[in-house]
Amino acid sequence: MSLSRLRNLIIGDAQADRVVPPSGFTAQLTLFVSGAMAFLAVFALALSLASGRLADRWADELARAATLRINAPAEQRAAQTEAALAILDQTPGVASARALSREEQAALLAPWFGAELPLDNLPVPQLIEVIEGEPGYDATGLRLRLQAEVPGAILDDHTRWRAPLVDAAQALRRLAWVSILLIGGATAAMITLAANAALAANAQVIEVLRLVGALDSYIAQAFIRRFTLRALVGASVGIVLGMVGVWLMPEASREGGFLTGLGFQGWTWLLPLLIPLLGAIVAFAATTRAANKRLGDLA
Amino acid sequence: MIELDNVGYNYGGGELLSNVSVKLAPGSFHFLTGPSGAGKTTLLKLCYGALTPTSGRARAFNMDINGLDRDQMAFLRRRVGVVHQDCRFLDHLSVLENIALPLTVSGRDITQEEANLRELLTWVGLSERAHATPPELSGGERQRAALARSVILSPDVIIADEPTGNVDWEMSQRLLQLLVELNHMGKTVLVATHDLSLIRAAKKQVQARVLRISNRQLQQAGADL
Repeated sequence: MSLSRLRNLIIGDAQADRVVPPSGFTAQLTLFVSGAMAFLAVFALALSLASGRLADRWADELARAATLRINAPAEQRAAQTEAALAILDQTPGVASARALSREEQAALLAPWFGAELPLDNLPVPQLIEVIEGEPGYDATGLRLRLQAEVPGAILDDHTRWRAPLVDAAQALRRLAWVSILLIGGATAAMITLAANAALAANAQVIEVLRLVGALDSYIAQAFIRRFTLRALVGASVGIVLGMVGVWLMPEASREGGFLTGLGFQGWTWLLPLLIPLLGAIVAFAATTRAANKRLGDLA
Repeated sequence: MIELDNVGYNYGGGELLSNVSVKLAPGSFHFLTGPSGAGKTTLLKLCYGALTPTSGRARAFNMDINGLDRDQMAFLRRRVGVVHQDCRFLDHLSVLENIALPLTVSGRDITQEEANLRELLTWVGLSERAHATPPELSGGERQRAALARSVILSPDVIIADEPTGNVDWEMSQRLLQLLVELNHMGKTVLVATHDLSLIRAAKKQVQARVLRISNRQLQQAGADL
């Protein structure tokens, strides 16, 4: 597109804008579709970002952490814990290991049993937090050694439940992006339909414009500009409503889990502002294609 | 200026025009007559490129009309002013905006052409109706507005299809007078009409050639006209 065409598209021409009569239902359809799709796109974007953050967090935080449980009778628990810590201290690839205090263990169980849990009266295993170094440790070898020297120790490197969660979060992120693409495609299809309807309804106007010497590019631009601006306005309203909806959601918290993390953080609040621009680009492309085809058919 | 060379045109499986040849020289005045359905409007459309001949060649301003692309066709339309029988206005625009439409679509700023527009409105007697919409005009006013629109870009050729078809005798004389004035300004004029009294009246004011379509052929009309 030449610079003059781009300028005309943005600034417009009051005389040219009046040439094509305002078309009622296509204008409302374009505004509504753009607004609704932008609204949905905001949520899809928020979902994508949240699931991405979740996948990264699970992958990063848990990949380097493991838990050693000492299931031993109360009188042997302290000795086995000491032995396990000694083994971990000697194991290559283990950056650090520490036994969780009674208070930390009580805090872990508090969401299920309450804060006043009498931990001393319950057969709760001792937990040891293991932080993996770079490169990591040999989990199989460590398990064998623990089995031999600390019979009550069970090493849980979280692989069993972490991998499917990370996979699920990544799949959710992919689905969100696919949703955004589908929203873009549906917007393009609906705007194409609306533009075709407007062009068909204005066939006589087009005939008159050609009769008086209008270039097809001039006629097309009258429609393209109108639909592009409508999509821009509709999508702008849609993202404002969508962003308010996301903003009203509860703030992210570890306790709240995934649902409360569905939102934007920091600079990512700026990302939805791209949606109206992309909506306008989609509308521009869809209307240009529809107008050129229709004008070709009418020639 | 505009030339049809052995042009034929088929419509609906039948031949509407056959071996039609005509040459519109610069500054000439032509009437095209014939019975309804004889192909007068079709021949006019062949002259300004709205239809493509099925045989023969149509040329305008030394260009083969058949070979023009859509942009070239638009530029041709700016050099040929056309007055349709049904005028073809944009009803949501005022009379002034309709007359200025050729200026608007060719990218001219109509605010700078306002003096010319006012002069043109006065010439066709529509000064008081500038801000009316086309549906508010009478038949004669519509035809005069259409004529004004056809000449706003000062085209070389004016083609009018039954311009007096829907107006009374007095108004048809006024329209004829305007067409004759255009011809005196050097414009080439081609008018399709079935109104023989209009042709007789015109021949008193201008040297007009009369062509008649009969049996798909174009013939020079006799001296009785």
